[in-house]
Amino acid sequence: MILSNFRSWALDEAPASRSQATWGSAYRVWLSLRRNPLSMIGLAIILAFVALSLAAPLLAPYDPAAQDLGNRLAASSGAHWFGTDELGRDVLSRLLYGGRVTLGMVVAVVVLVAPIGLGIGCIAGYFGGAVDTALMRLTDIFLAFPRLILALAFVAAMKPGVESAILAIALTAWPPYARLARAETLTVRGSDFIAACRLTGASPWRIILRHVMPLCTPSLIVRVTLDMSSIIITAASLGFLGMGAQPPSPEWGAMIATAKRFIFDQWWVATVPGIAIFLVSLAFNFLGDGLRDVLDPKGR
Amino acid sequence: MLAEIDNLRISFPTPSGFYEAVRGVSLKLGQEKLGIVGESGSGKSLTARALMRLLPSQARIEADTLRFDGIDILSASEQQMRAVRGKRAGFILQDPKYSLNPVKSIGALVAEVWRLHKGGSRREAMEAAINLLEQVKIRDPHRVAKSYPHEISGGMGQRVMIAMMLAPDPEMLIADEPTSALDATVQAEILRLIEELVSERGMGLLLISHDLPLVSHFCDRVMVMYAGRVVEELAASELSSAHHPYTRGLLDCIPSLSRPQERLSVLNRDPAWANP
Amino acid sequence: MTSRVKSLTKILSSVVLTLLGLSIVTFLIGRVMPVDPVIAAVGDNAPEEVIVRVRAEMGLDQPLVVQYLHYLGQVLHGDFGMSVLTKNPVAVDIARVFPATLELATGALLLAALIGIPLGVWAAVRQGRLVDQIIRIVCLAGHSVPVFVLSLLSLLIVYAKLGLAPGPGRQDILYDGMITPVTGLLSIDTLLAGDLGAFCDALAHMAQPVIILAYFSMAYITRMTRAFMIDALKGEYVITARAAGLTGTRVVWGHAFPNVAVQLVTVLALTYAGLLEGAVVSETVFSWPGLGRYLTNALMNGDMNPVVSATLLIGTIYVGLNLLADLLYRLLDPRVT
Repeated sequence: MILSNFRSWALDEAPASRSQATWGSAYRVWLSLRRNPLSMIGLAIILAFVALSLAAPLLAPYDPAAQDLGNRLAASSGAHWFGTDELGRDVLSRLLYGGRVTLGMVVAVVVLVAPIGLGIGCIAGYFGGAVDTALMRLTDIFLAFPRLILALAFVAAMKPGVESAILAIALTAWPPYARLARAETLTVRGSDFIAACRLTGASPWRIILRHVMPLCTPSLIVRVTLDMSSIIITAASLGFLGMGAQPPSPEWGAMIATAKRFIFDQWWVATVPGIAIFLVSLAFNFLGDGLRDVLDPKGR
Repeated sequence: MLAEIDNLRISFPTPSGFYEAVRGVSLKLGQEKLGIVGESGSGKSLTARALMRLLPSQARIEADTLRFDGIDILSASEQQMRAVRGKRAGFILQDPKYSLNPVKSIGALVAEVWRLHKGGSRREAMEAAINLLEQVKIRDPHRVAKSYPHEISGGMGQRVMIAMMLAPDPEMLIADEPTSALDATVQAEILRLIEELVSERGMGLLLISHDLPLVSHFCDRVMVMYAGRVVEELAASELSSAHHPYTRGLLDCIPSLSRPQERLSVLNRDPAWANP
Repeated sequence: MTSRVKSLTKILSSVVLTLLGLSIVTFLIGRVMPVDPVIAAVGDNAPEEVIVRVRAEMGLDQPLVVQYLHYLGQVLHGDFGMSVLTKNPVAVDIARVFPATLELATGALLLAALIGIPLGVWAAVRQGRLVDQIIRIVCLAGHSVPVFVLSLLSLLIVYAKLGLAPGPGRQDILYDGMITPVTGLLSIDTLLAGDLGAFCDALAHMAQPVIILAYFSMAYITRMTRAFMIDALKGEYVITARAAGLTGTRVVWGHAFPNVAVQLVTVLALTYAGLLEGAVVSETVFSWPGLGRYLTNALMNGDMNPVVSATLLIGTIYVGLNLLADLLYRLLDPRVT
């Protein structure tokens, strides 16, 4: 009953309020997204990943740091579903807790990067001229470093660890968002409704915050979703190269880094977190791909 | 009989079922000049493209008869279709700005089609292309052959298009709004060129346009389409005696020097025209 | 002609500005290192006056701007400082290890383009069909699996379990030191030396990392090819070509594809730059003696000169590739003057 009410309210051809129009377009996106099986698989995996990570303390059968040197590198068994690692720690428990690290890093990077990229792009696009040139030159410089390499150098200059890794990935992740937001801003800057806002005396900041930024958000969401897998892989690669989360931490990349020595004999210790990275990253790619089909049919 | 169409129906899938864009069109074309007139969306282009099977793959085509010179278009293999397309029937599109491949030179475009249907060496093909460009009255064919589509004018582009389609000596020419994208002064020139070449070579012509007087001037017969149907068919010379209200309405919209009106009349649409 | 000169000047000046920016960033990264380079050089227990003297010798008592200009001058003269780890000038080290990375990245790019472009075209022609879906899933999977995970699994399965390919490294110990480096690209040097056995060995060692890197980067090439191709196939000129009686293959490859190829140049340049990055991870797993392993070794030991220089080098290559793509685009597309 409530659902069908919401449906007709959201799909109303003549929305009466701003929020109704916003909900309406979001609902339409959801409807077309629901028809795409890959996106739904992706969404399901992401939700499962988030739920499992959040509930790790409840679900994990062991303390992820509890060592049992008498039971090192054990194969899969009823007591340890995914076996144990080189210090006898339960791989499943570490995997669940590792999800929290990955989830935390991803959320932190996005929270840092999306507003910065959006802000810089909108300001550059809206003001144009020298501001635009200066900001875009800066963007180009950071865009010119491959993400992982700059992050590596940056972490090395600070101190290896989760916080540096987050900062380093953030430092390398914002330029594409700024580019995108600028391009979107340029398309709306000249439109009549912006001119109308200006005529009513709205300040540039108000126009950017209230009118330009909301319009740039949908394409930014697609970009962020597609970027998630790259952020996850970069974070894991940093961990793997010893520049991200440090060993006692059950971060997946770091887990693989220590387990790679046993890859030929106890292959599961490295393979299990590898599959976890793959699944989560694939899920974001599936979802992002579907979102792009819906929100940006040209598929660039 | 070159083209024979009986009860042609074309529909497209939409989120809410199939939409029928052409609803039972029939026509016959011999070695004559037939004009199809109608507004955008009346289905005239779709009809012509169906005859060459050039519609997008999601289109659903049904017909009692759809034949080109006895070949059943609906059941023909892709190979048989290629023997019709270009070789026996040429197709001129609307806007040379989009219908000529931007990264190929004019000479290469014309030569490719000639060589495809006639064989021979690259050099022969290029010579033939220059010759064809001359036939469509391009003054400096050697220079034009070397240039790219974006470097030439719309009128010139349409001449190139005609040269391409004439290369294999087809028996029929379909011209889909060949002049709508051109300046008014160039329009008559291009149409005269088409008419000349068609009469010279004894081809059949299917001329599609939204310009009723223009079509009646160049064609033997005129068909008027509205909302996916043929509403009237008559000889071009009898245009003044047309009796369908839509045709009459179109004729009344044209300003005339011999019987000036205070205000031009406006076409009042009757929903019944779409569903007789 | 003048407009062409003007736009070229504009491109080149922006390239120079970007490169200067790159050098500033790498310079700053080199200055905020965790270990004081003076302490690192003279040791913890050195007397105060030695530290001051060494600091002055290293130019570290100067203002930051002066230090930067000094650094820039050195870099422009090809002087990237010394590596603490190898005791060699960084420039010499990089010249030695870089060809190995180049070989890996180039091989992967060729393979990825050779497979990815036709796949993208195929997916576009069959848009929405089963083939399109399968290609999409295969490519997304390739883009989702971290290079180091796939590399480890490949070592485990292809090398250890099946024995289909040789293990880590660039060549078998049998051929060690037998091939005189000319280009530094082992696959070419072995051919120049006329040693077919060594050539096959080099190729066999390349196979795993190259295929893995190619698979990872294929996703982007395929997706962009598909998107460009779908656009191109909507063009009216495609209808013209079909109306003229051309075969489907010829319409796709002869008429639509040339329009796509022009746009693909930039995609390939970006992919190449991305491959240099992928090589860093791949090299550590396969013990490939390239720039990536050099970089990670230096990182582990806090040897900043190689880190900063390698970063600058890869950034510069990226800018150069972009410039090259831009120029090629102008050359290939007749519409750009």
